[in-house]
Amino acid sequence: MKYVDEYRDSELVDTIAERLRRITTSHWRIMEICGGQTHAILRFGIDELLPSGIELVHGPGCPVCVTPAALIDKACSIAVLDNVIFCSFGDMLRVPGSHADLLEVKSQGGDVRMVYSPLDAVTLARENPQREVVFFAIGFETTAPASAAAVHQAEQEKLSNFSILVSQVLVPPAIEAILSSTHNLVQGFLAPGHVCTVTGYEDYAALVRRFNVPIVVTGFEPLDIMHGIYLTIQQLESGRAEIENQYTRSVRPRGNEIARQMIERVFQAASFSWRGVGEIPRSGLRLREAYAQFDAERRFGMESYTTPDDPQCIAGAVLQGVRKPPDCSLFGSHCTPGHPVGAPMVSAEGACAAYYRYRRVPRRRSDNSQ
Amino acid sequence: MVDNFTLSCPTPRPRDSIVTLSHGGGGRLMKDLVDDLFITAFNNPELAEKHDSARVAAPGGRLAFTTDSYVVNPLVFPGGDIGSLAITGTVNDLAMAGAVPHRLSCAMIIEEGLRIETLAAIVDSMAATAAAARACVVTGDTKVVEHGKGDGLYINTAGIGLIPTGREVVPRRVTAGDTIVISGDIGRHGIAVMSVREGLAFETTIESDCALLTEPVELLFGAGIDCHCLRDLTRGGLGAALIEIAETTMLHLDIDETAVPISGQVRGACEILGLDPLFVACEGRFVAFVPADQAVHAVDALHRHALGVGAKVVGTVAAVQPDERGLVTSRSSLGTRRVLDLPVGDQLPRIC
Repeated sequence: MKYVDEYRDSELVDTIAERLRRITTSHWRIMEICGGQTHAILRFGIDELLPSGIELVHGPGCPVCVTPAALIDKACSIAVLDNVIFCSFGDMLRVPGSHADLLEVKSQGGDVRMVYSPLDAVTLARENPQREVVFFAIGFETTAPASAAAVHQAEQEKLSNFSILVSQVLVPPAIEAILSSTHNLVQGFLAPGHVCTVTGYEDYAALVRRFNVPIVVTGFEPLDIMHGIYLTIQQLESGRAEIENQYTRSVRPRGNEIARQMIERVFQAASFSWRGVGEIPRSGLRLREAYAQFDAERRFGMESYTTPDDPQCIAGAVLQGVRKPPDCSLFGSHCTPGHPVGAPMVSAEGACAAYYRYRRVPRRRSDNSQ
Repeated sequence: MVDNFTLSCPTPRPRDSIVTLSHGGGGRLMKDLVDDLFITAFNNPELAEKHDSARVAAPGGRLAFTTDSYVVNPLVFPGGDIGSLAITGTVNDLAMAGAVPHRLSCAMIIEEGLRIETLAAIVDSMAATAAAARACVVTGDTKVVEHGKGDGLYINTAGIGLIPTGREVVPRRVTAGDTIVISGDIGRHGIAVMSVREGLAFETTIESDCALLTEPVELLFGAGIDCHCLRDLTRGGLGAALIEIAETTMLHLDIDETAVPISGQVRGACEILGLDPLFVACEGRFVAFVPADQAVHAVDALHRHALGVGAKVVGTVAAVQPDERGLVTSRSSLGTRRVLDLPVGDQLPRIC
């Protein structure tokens, strides 16, 4: 398939793996930020192809995983109301709050619908003027423009029955939090290619300068990821710390201006409590005052509700790259994709779910991996 | 003269346009529906007896017996409808036991409000599919539920098939060293249904692969292939079928992901939606576990049928290591392996 197979070419991947073996002289720990990258690494077994000196740790870039339980509880409380049509992306439906998930609400009669775009929820609001339509706006900067566009569209159409429950988060403050931690072990980052397609990478250049750490904007196919790792290792081995763009076919330095303007128009930065990580200043988005009428938390009076994380789960350490999923005593026994305790076990992109799905048995390394 | 005098209603009752609760009430409307629609469409002497049970001549040898219920939404989708699906699904389950379909039952649970026209089209589709399978629908049942308590129409079918002497097609015959052959490309049914149900607009229409598998299966037996086991790919797709066999036999199945045939359209849709095509539903594909030395013949035999032109070897039953009992592994284009695991429920599209 065009634009996919080229980036899964085993000969090219092997060539990069061979070059990596030649240039890697020390032990390096690299974090891929995005859950989509984690998924590809484990699905294609990319870490098996790396020299033993390179360790990949999985970052906090699964938006489903980092959505706090309190917000999911709010979502369930709203979705259960008689007059509400509650819309969400598919993989959010199975994420547990402190006591239920949206699929359970649906099975008990809640009108919960899976949508593919926030604008589909606006259409539902237009077609159902007698009912409240709420969209669960989750995601990083990748989904933020569409969430913003939905609110903007609803305002233009004066739809008084549309609102969004906001769980939009930002990547650079999360990287900053990881690098600022005294426990930090990460020496280089693969920055998320799709997020940077929207935002560009100027904020990442600032992080490089401040923390003297290599950051390579990277795509999602095996060849992209191998190339991103190669560029990062080249920098580390030569003592450089620069921002580099591996994903040039999609990412421009300043990103997508129109998408950025749409985010800027509708949202403003706000403190956000990441599931398993905790509060990070200015790491989330909230609606600007001019659009406050579209805020579902206000409309349904749920601003003050909070829920603590499960104390046994090490999701926070996993999401910060300090520990790996199998380090957790609950992993694979009390915590499985069918009955997740921690958020990273829920989505296919979550590090714990990806480990459970692909890594439950000791594997033979492929012959050319060492 | 009164000879030709007959009592008749001066204003004949217009043919109903929708199903109502009365159509399931056991009265005249129900009898008319059964007589005019079902018995007429499925037309055969055993059904025409209108007895409480169909009386079927008992053939010698072993029988295969299966049942399945069909709840697909929407009722009509690109490449098929719930009626054709309800026959193919059950006939295919018989074929997987090496059986030739013989007799079928059909139970309908209809939500009031369903258009009679829609029901008639679905029943016609069932009748045509049953005729193609050379199987008669000889008994049935009709129930009507209140509006809002069904999804238009649910169908249950059961089937009896005849297993020719000497055939032994069961999971326990799968052995290490067997070759796994697939009959064609995967994922069409799941993507076709999802594209209609979720209103996804792709540039081209992906049609369901819904099809009767008896003929390609009989081609395998006709070519002298000793099929150890057959399994049709349904809801959970290729992945779920293989995991079922691995967990039943406690053997280790290893497939080459690059060998699994997937059309560009299905791959593209799966890439966009973040779905794993190995776990997307099929309704007209199967895998055969055959002795390694017969694999090439098996593929050649399947190639002679329109439903088998895409047949390929996709994997093997590996020698079992202690930590790999009951597992399915898949080799990627990069030569690495992953363990295939069942999704918790339906696959949900990923957001990024």
